[in-house]
Amino acid sequence: MTEELDAGLVAQQIAESGQVSEPEGKREVGKARRRKEDSRLLTGRTTWTDNIQLPGLLHVAFKRSPMAHARIAGVDVSAARDMPGVVAVFSGQDVADEQGSLPCAWPVSDDIVIPDHPPMAVSEVRYPGEAVACVVATDRYLAADALDAIDVDYEPLPPVLDMTEALTEASPKVHESGNRAFTWNFAQGDIEAAFRDAPVLIDRTYVQQRLIPTAMEPRAVTATTDGESFTLWSSTQIPHVLRVMLALTTGIPEHRLRVIAPDVGGGFGSKLQVTAEEVLCLLLTRRLGKPVKWTESRSEGNLTVHHGRDQIQHIALAAEADGRIRGLKVELLADMGAYLMLVTPGVPLLGAFMFNGIYKMDAYSFDCTGVFTTKMPTDAYRGAGRPEATYAIERVMDELAAELNLDPIEVRRRNWIRHEEFPYTTVAGLTYDSGNYEAATEKALSLFGYDKLRAEQSDRRDRGEPVQLGIGVSTYTEMCGLAPSRVLGSLSYGAGGWEHGSVRMLPTGKVEVVTGTSPHGQGHETAWSQIVADALGVPFDDIAVVHGDTAISHKGMDTYGSRSLVVGGMAVLQACEKVKEKARKLAAHMLECSPDDLEFVEGTFRVKGTGSSKTIQELALAAFAAHDLPEGVEPRLDADATFDPENFSFPHGTHLCAIEVDTETGMARIRKYVAVDDVGHVVNPLIVEGQVHGGLAQGIAQALYEEAVHDAEGNLLTTTMADYLLPSAADLPDFVTDRTETPATSNPLGVKGVGEAGTIASTPAVVNAIVDALRPHGVHDIQMPCTPERIWRAIR
Amino acid sequence: MPRIAVTVDGIRYEEDVEPRLLLVHLLRDRLGKTGTPVGCDTSNCGACTVMLDGKSVKSCSVLAVQADGSDVVTVEGLSANGDMHPMQRAFHEEHALQCGYCTPGMVMAAIDLLREDPDPSEEAIRKGLEGNLCRCTGYCNIVRAVRRGAQSMGQAVTTP
Ligand code: FES
Ligand code: FES
Repeated sequence: MTEELDAGLVAQQIAESGQVSEPEGKREVGKARRRKEDSRLLTGRTTWTDNIQLPGLLHVAFKRSPMAHARIAGVDVSAARDMPGVVAVFSGQDVADEQGSLPCAWPVSDDIVIPDHPPMAVSEVRYPGEAVACVVATDRYLAADALDAIDVDYEPLPPVLDMTEALTEASPKVHESGNRAFTWNFAQGDIEAAFRDAPVLIDRTYVQQRLIPTAMEPRAVTATTDGESFTLWSSTQIPHVLRVMLALTTGIPEHRLRVIAPDVGGGFGSKLQVTAEEVLCLLLTRRLGKPVKWTESRSEGNLTVHHGRDQIQHIALAAEADGRIRGLKVELLADMGAYLMLVTPGVPLLGAFMFNGIYKMDAYSFDCTGVFTTKMPTDAYRGAGRPEATYAIERVMDELAAELNLDPIEVRRRNWIRHEEFPYTTVAGLTYDSGNYEAATEKALSLFGYDKLRAEQSDRRDRGEPVQLGIGVSTYTEMCGLAPSRVLGSLSYGAGGWEHGSVRMLPTGKVEVVTGTSPHGQGHETAWSQIVADALGVPFDDIAVVHGDTAISHKGMDTYGSRSLVVGGMAVLQACEKVKEKARKLAAHMLECSPDDLEFVEGTFRVKGTGSSKTIQELALAAFAAHDLPEGVEPRLDADATFDPENFSFPHGTHLCAIEVDTETGMARIRKYVAVDDVGHVVNPLIVEGQVHGGLAQGIAQALYEEAVHDAEGNLLTTTMADYLLPSAADLPDFVTDRTETPATSNPLGVKGVGEAGTIASTPAVVNAIVDALRPHGVHDIQMPCTPERIWRAIR
Repeated sequence: MPRIAVTVDGIRYEEDVEPRLLLVHLLRDRLGKTGTPVGCDTSNCGACTVMLDGKSVKSCSVLAVQADGSDVVTVEGLSANGDMHPMQRAFHEEHALQCGYCTPGMVMAAIDLLREDPDPSEEAIRKGLEGNLCRCTGYCNIVRAVRRGAQSMGQAVTTP
């Protein structure tokens, strides 16, 4: 039997298996459906970009700067050109006129400086790992060999590593214009009055360490041309945005460029980018007329996948003696790295609207300075701006509680927006449409066994045990569904935030759904099928979801910022409504009644009060045959829709973490983690839970494990998975997760989005727990990641 | 160039290989066994785990020449007789994969784990999977899947 047949059998077996028990009931939305995506992923029938083999395929490798900052005095590629298997070698200088500049789509302020960003450095390198030359060879090993034969003459320049120093007059400059990328500020209410004679003042500085997103699939690009048109496969989250941007930057006309995001092995924002390698692969295939492929090594990836976070946050909070907040001041330094990439400057701005969290206050001010350093640029990483903001406010709320000797839950209760106050316009100007913070918190407290753990904590304290117990809380909200186009416009973003969906009934009654979102693990094929099954009354298995290829899915804004379901799912639903309307006209025509006399029940139009009916499948066939269509109705049952949200959606929840901290060794071990999230209506609880789990792992990892570390010369020390500590199964606990369900009122599905919630909420919960364990030792803060050494030093 | 003979998923191949060629690249680039992905270059992630003569190995840390005369099973061969392996099925049932990139390696590592301990505790599973990193799932469902896989495989654990 051939392998092809086997794979088919396996897939069929999953679908038909009696062992895979699917939940009861007709409605698909809300069911814990096992995923359609799984069979091919489980049996290895995937199309990762690196799997793509084309006849005559050449392999690309990049010579990268070993220094953070240097002038390039010369690049000698001649020896490399003579190496076996080498087809071509180019330095940055060789392609200087052709390679363009990598785009930044978010010029946030009038004073912003967007430096020219050549995909390969021409005269100066500004971060470690920046490409200076590339080799194209017949084999990936030979391409790598030839890199050694390239001779680059670097004249070292001083690195710029510390944001505060970078802003001083004396600092060496990353760019001639200086190290200030932009300033952006925003204030609401009378902030001076709020702080004047405030009974309680809390003033803190928090550091968001630099993180490396580390999707498991390294980035890969394959490009080919037939001389006129170009096809680019990329492990990207944003095939549609990428196509527009590549057309604008490479000069390849948009209608001659097809971008395909095949199976993509995780993103977390790191594949929300227009990369040097994508631009260069297009350029190389154009120059050589042959298909080319580049697949990064992990160490190359750690250097050059955009990094995340990296902020210094000064946060000051003024409150009444009873703990009620008067006002909040935030001053932020945000490390841009050496260049502004696709949305680099926008990331701290997304946080600007979230520093106030779920709390009521009269005044708020936010000042942000974007700073250039000689490091890899930062950009969106899971949560993008919201984890940073939530960390600061949730840490400071605990400091407020400590100052007033109140329970951290009580301080939050005194300040949060009450259920009956929604919709509520916050001091940052957002209107939270719905929420119920009390309900989520109550549920979390009871699942956690809060009182019992508090009792154990004080017991351990009284007995002076070496292993202390800490309890951390985080009551968060975030904004999903990025974003209403008009809001993006008001924030100077280069595009809108709508999404597209297309629903086609096929002649045989099956359904093809095309979505503009581009999933990489989120299970859109399953969730979108559930939505369509309910809307059209067709079986779940009769629906196929297509995505990630601009030749097929021609419109879209792609997947990031927990926008897919909230915006993309809605577009699909709207397309279903249009299909149904068309079907209704056709049914009325065929059944010789008025469209108003028809009721639509589980995929069948029935003439009320009679027995006559037409199924949607019959109508699809009739619309295909087109023998007798009513006036103005075109053949085929299909429709397109775009959805532009009127508001963001605001998931929220309460996370509680109990952590055991060994005061003698500094070891911290999570004992219990409870997450109660409110993501509105749930389409697939299995997928929601999975997303929460994964998010928790990433947020906890920021608190305990992960950090991009540079040495004094600016070299990245954490280039491998041995140095950059990702948590393994042995490092994480079993999570207790549950939900409350307060539907979003800003979209008809009532959904809020879930992809980033776990990450946003968990980092402060864990650090609050550690600090809580150590407060009797006079500890008020520990810099992340809270390694045993840092904890141990903090106690001493 | 040394000539090696290796059986992969039941098919015997004879190949001339450079001494430095990694097994994973032989599988992926030469034999088209792209079900086994590469996640790192330091043998830390486990994405490339396959069975070599019945034991799990990270195929990025084995030279193709070392596999001469061996029997290799990749994730594509696990279901070679048309039956999904109980461990693959368990991963599906427990939603133990999201992007799926770590999944082939996870499934292999999980099967090998049960070879040594057919009824592992949660802690043993977590320890046993330490060499396989997943960035999407937070591991909870993977642990559950391995337990379920262990149950359905019963005591008579046979590696493929
Ligand atoms: S690719 Fe083999 S362990 Fe990472
Ligand atoms: S499922 Fe994505 S890395 Fe494990």
